This record gives sequence, C-alpha cells and structure tokens, in this order.
Amino acid sequence: MTIEVAIVGIGMHEFGRTEGVSGMDQGVIAVRRALADAGVSWEDMQFAFGGSLAAGAADTMVSLLGLTGLQFINVANGCATGGSALFSVYNTIRSGVFDLGIAVGFDKHERGAFRVNTKGAGLGDWYGASGLALTTQFFGMKINRYMHEYGITNSSLAKVSEKAFRNGSQNPMAWRRKPISEQEVLDSLMLSYPLTQYMFCSPGEGGVALILCRADKAHLYTKTPIYLKAAVVRSRRFGSFEVLAPSIALQHNAGPTVDGAKAAFEMAGMGPKDIDIAQLQDTESGAEIMHMAENGFCEHGEQEFMIQAGETEIGGKFPVNTDGGCLANGEPIGASGLRQVYENVLQLRGQAGVRQVPNNPKTAYTHVYGAPGIAGVTILQR
Amino acid sequence: MAQIPVTEGVFTWPSETPQLIGARCVDCDNHMFPGQSGCPRCTGDKTEEVLLGRRGTLWTWTIQGFPPKAPPYAGDVDVKTFQAFGVGYVELPGQVKVEARLTVADPEKLKIGMEMEMVIIPLTTDADGNEVVTFAFAPVA
Repeated sequence: MTIEVAIVGIGMHEFGRTEGVSGMDQGVIAVRRALADAGVSWEDMQFAFGGSLAAGAADTMVSLLGLTGLQFINVANGCATGGSALFSVYNTIRSGVFDLGIAVGFDKHERGAFRVNTKGAGLGDWYGASGLALTTQFFGMKINRYMHEYGITNSSLAKVSEKAFRNGSQNPMAWRRKPISEQEVLDSLMLSYPLTQYMFCSPGEGGVALILCRADKAHLYTKTPIYLKAAVVRSRRFGSFEVLAPSIALQHNAGPTVDGAKAAFEMAGMGPKDIDIAQLQDTESGAEIMHMAENGFCEHGEQEFMIQAGETEIGGKFPVNTDGGCLANGEPIGASGLRQVYENVLQLRGQAGVRQVPNNPKTAYTHVYGAPGIAGVTILQR
Repeated sequence: MAQIPVTEGVFTWPSETPQLIGARCVDCDNHMFPGQSGCPRCTGDKTEEVLLGRRGTLWTWTIQGFPPKAPPYAGDVDVKTFQAFGVGYVELPGQVKVEARLTVADPEKLKIGMEMEMVIIPLTTDADGNEVVTFAFAPVA
C-alpha cells in the first residue's frame, strides 16, 4: 500500500526586509506558526529537513525551538532548497520511516543582485572578473531569444509585473504591496535588456515551514488536509540553456522544468488541464511567461494572448502567482519554493482572503527554477 | 604598459588572431568551453584541447545596464563612470555557443543572427599598471 502524504500545518514569516530579525529567527517564527496551525508542539516533530543559502545551518535552530533529539537534516540545493526539503519530508513519510515531520526554509540576503561565488559554482575566476557571472544576464538573454522566436511583447512582460504587484498588494505577507502600472514597469530602469527594474524580483528575507504527515492521520491535526500528490526535483540535461553557463551546446534540450513537470504529472496521475492554479518561478516577468509553456500549461507563444486577455489574473481562467510571486515577495532562496506551497495550501483551504481564487480550486501546482539548472515541482490536491 | 590576460588557458594571447581555448570529446566530438576533462554529452572522460572558431552568429544577447558586484567583477563599478556593456551567446558553427561580452551595447545595433567576430578588449588596470584584457565579440563590419 502506498502511503499518501498530507500537509497539515503551515507557517510563514513575512517576506521582505525585517531589520533586527535574523534569517534563522524568521525560520523559527515560521516553524512556531506552522506548529500552531497544526495544533502540535515542537516535541511532536519526529524529523525535519531544512535549509538556507545565506542565513546559517538550519539544524542549529533546534537550540531555539527545543533540544528534543529529532532527526534534522540540512538541505542545500540553490533555488530548489525549499523544494528539496519538501521532497525529502514527503519521501521520508512515504517510505514509512516517520509519520509526522517538518520542512523549513529561510534566508536573509544582502541588497542588490546575487553575488555569485564563481568557485562554488565550478566556474573560473575569469568568468566573474569579465562581468559575466550575473544571473540577471541569463534571464535577459533567455527571454530576448524567446520573444524573438515566439512573438511575446514588452507589454506582456510588463503586464506580468503589474499583476504580481496587484496580487502582492492583497497579500499581507508580501514585500511589495504597492500596485505598479504597466507603463511604470516599462519606464523603470533598464537592468538587463529587455528586462527593467520592476520586471525583476529582488533577493530578500523570509521564512516558511510546512508540517506534513501520513494522510491517514491528517484528521488528528486539521479539518482541511491538503494532499501532496507529487514532489519532484530535476537537474539539467545536455543541451539545455541554463543560468551561469560559459557555453551551451548546439544541440537543444528543453531543460529541467519540462522534465520535472512531466514527472510530476505522471506521479500525480494528472495532466496540465487538471490544474486549477499555479505558482511558477518568476525570477523576472519573462520567466513566468516561459514557465507557463515549459510546465505544459500552454503552447509556446500562446502566453501572449492569455496575458493580454487577463487569463492568468486571480479571476481569470488559469490564475498564476496569486500571492504576487517572487516579483512581489522577493526571493529568500531557502524559503521561496515553500512560499509557493504555502500560498497553494491557503488557496485550496479557501483561506486566501481578498485574493482567494473563486470557485473552490481543487488542485494547485508549484514550480521553482534556479542555478545551475534545476527545477522543483509539486502538485497539491484538496 | 604591458597587456596581460584576465586568466591563462581561456584564450590565446598574445596573438594577432586570438582564439578561445575549448575542449573536444575524443569519443563523440562534442565541443566544450572552457576546456574540461569530462564530456557532459556522452559521459566520456577523454577530451583534448581545441581552439574554437573566431567567427559565429549572435544567438541571443542582453545589455548589462548596472555595475556588477566587485568582487567578482574586475572592471569599472563606479556608478558615475560605469559604461553598460553587451553580453551574448555566439554560435560557433559545428562547435558550441559561447557566452561573451559584446563590444556593442546599443539595442538598435544588436540583432539575433548577426555575424560576430572574437576580439580582445581592456577590462581594467591592475596594481602594477598592467592592462588586464578579456575576450569579447564584435559585429563583423
């Protein structure tokens, strides 16, 4: 018998900039909120997976939460750190080793674009010295090529940002809560052509924790269990176009997002048409557009019509990034993927307040993408 | 003032016709840049050094509009004097697409598919007064 897995508790520390509160402390606050949400105590946690990129080893938080002796494993997997923690909790429960555990991610980054550690990324010093080691350049180059191939317009890039900030303005946990118009987005500083300042998310701060258990025990903790139907992490294959790549092969491969999406749909026994809402990696507005197609929710180029018609708005046919995404929340690396799942749980529970997607969504999808070419996907069902 | 490369082993220098130094998989002919010992295509472990072509076509591009963080960047990071620079991938026929700075930073003058040629450009001046150079691609006139 396959053991099913349910999310029974969620907790989050506000994203953005919180002076005087360490990244680790934001993780601890998220854990305490998740425990309260599930009606359990830290002593009930049988195991944990957690991670941050820049805010310390997650397992040291036990000295703040309580030294209960639980199994705590640190996860470090770039932008998929949170997703990898969740994947690990999911599979630990499915394997029958433990019944109840927690995934936690948090971070606190310096201001401005990510400073890339070229050595840590397996790249020569010359690469950064020459002015090439910027993740922002990759995003500009990927969407520039995509616009050339599929006819996506600057207006659609700007509309994605406009939507993100509008959704963020309805999210008390979001960093950017001021609506910004399409024109203001287009008129903001050009950072990496064709992407302007308001088309990019910023490294930030925040924490998220999720408590999961065997589905047959979920009723002990919640009236509204949300079932995790798939959790997948994939790395790149030969020929894909990835961030921080001094060269790419002539041969083309669609990349880890496409592989991750396929595997997740297969695991869940669903297809893209079965998904009601999605949180897709929007490091910048072009990424959201490309990831709509890479995850299988439309054909390449169809996004132009969908975005201009408002289909990805909260009231649209296929709402995307209902909490404002990375654009409005910022990107604390360790927590970002878990933030997407947190939002989906709220939406499926019907607890998303003013930004609640209408008509009781039943299924929800998350996708993260990051260096050096990894993707993480989850599928949730009410 | 002497000119020194930003690193050894990435491009031939000094040279009238500088070339990028890559690797070729002995088993499957896959080309890589920079050189490396293993082949990501066939998983083989036999590669040999190969000099890459100097001309190719622009596959995609962007413009670096703000000063990169230093370190790792070695060039000018003063917001008052920083000059935006182009970055792109140039497809070298039959070999590989290489990422490089571009000598042009004007969106009106960059087009996907245009012919490009490798050049050497100044990056910064080191503490001993040497001019540190790196590679870039320029539109073919």
